[in-house]
Amino acid sequence: MMILNGSHVKIKDISPPGHLRTPKYIRGKNGVIERCLGVFKNPEQLAYSLRAEEYDLYRVRFKMTELWADYSDNPNDTLDAEVFAHWIEEITNAT
Amino acid sequence: MPHDHNEHLSPSGHPYREDNDEPLTYWQTMEISIRELLIEKGKFSSSEISEQIDLMDSRSPTDGAAVVAKAWVDPEFKERLLQNGVSAVGEMGFDLGPMHLVVVENTEKVHNLIVCTLCSCYPRNLLGLPPDWYKTREYRSRAVKEPRSVLNEFGVFLPKETSVRVHDSTADMRYIVLPKRPECTSGLTETELASLVTRDSMIGTGIIKELNN
Amino acid sequence: MIKDKRPEHRWHDMGGLEAGPINNESHDFAIWEKRVDALLTLSTKKGLFTVDGLRRVLEDMGEDAFETLSYYERWVSSVNQNLIEAGIYTLEELGEKMAEVKKRGKTYGSAQKVKT
Repeated sequence: MMILNGSHVKIKDISPPGHLRTPKYIRGKNGVIERCLGVFKNPEQLAYSLRAEEYDLYRVRFKMTELWADYSDNPNDTLDAEVFAHWIEEITNAT
Repeated sequence: MPHDHNEHLSPSGHPYREDNDEPLTYWQTMEISIRELLIEKGKFSSSEISEQIDLMDSRSPTDGAAVVAKAWVDPEFKERLLQNGVSAVGEMGFDLGPMHLVVVENTEKVHNLIVCTLCSCYPRNLLGLPPDWYKTREYRSRAVKEPRSVLNEFGVFLPKETSVRVHDSTADMRYIVLPKRPECTSGLTETELASLVTRDSMIGTGIIKELNN
Repeated sequence: MIKDKRPEHRWHDMGGLEAGPINNESHDFAIWEKRVDALLTLSTKKGLFTVDGLRRVLEDMGEDAFETLSYYERWVSSVNQNLIEAGIYTLEELGEKMAEVKKRGKTYGSAQKVKT
């Protein structure tokens, strides 16, 4: 089921040693859904010539201050990354 | 029979390096071998290969610049471009193939910067092949953590009030930045406007300089 | 993968790592590099393998390859690996072809197939 724009989410913090498109620096971090991009095939399976499942792909927006403990530039600076649904956990009680 | 491209100019305007006279390397041997095996096995023809090279050569930042200039003069086109990059660019006759395009707009308040930290994903079907620096460890590592320091190295100094928005091309989208239109350009034609747009301004490592009238 | 210095953080996953000044030189692409690029584009267009497979092999090549080989040297190596995994040609066919190509001449130009 699609996660709505503006929803607060957390990226899963796991590190399997294979082909992934979820960079390490966003894992375990909190962000906000910027938009859903549609459904795309899982690169983790395509990379190994496996039949690939399709997942919703989202742009997730993170504050730089959330990503980097020592970020001292403009606190409004952000980073957007594309993340597949199976890496995203909705946070239901976001502050 | 492989098509000889030596008589063509590369997109930078220089002749191709005279690599035909260079000593054959192991990797070139591999390239020739793969190409010939694929042709012999009927996977594709040598003319398909040369056509693909010509197609990639025909793509350059000039295409992106034309899109930017049109967005500057036509606000409704700009809105369509920001909503759906592929279909808007398609209106201008550019065929992006399977590439998905997201256009992000620079404003007084926001400056966008594009990177692919995991490899070198780049909007090549609109802008042509990426510059070498885009693929370096230094750019890929620092753009997402210290974007202003990276921008400063490229000669871009943003006002303190402008926030930076970095886009990491981690999946199927490819990005171009719609740079801010410089002031005092209302008298320019769309073609003249396009000539102001640099490749780096569409990656976010450059801005269009204000004209001094 | 086990060669990674920090196996929990793969070498190619570079976002946020410490790094120095950016060298903003560029080079014009040689024709053999453009041919590698074309081989990749046509192979993926025709479904021989995917760009994801290209990336996976590039990653598994390890950090030393990134430091010592050029971009298209790594790409041609990855294209080859992917084509072998896809069964497009055998190692024997590849080996014999590479030996044949080398015999044609000492330069890139003279190693091209003779026009008939």
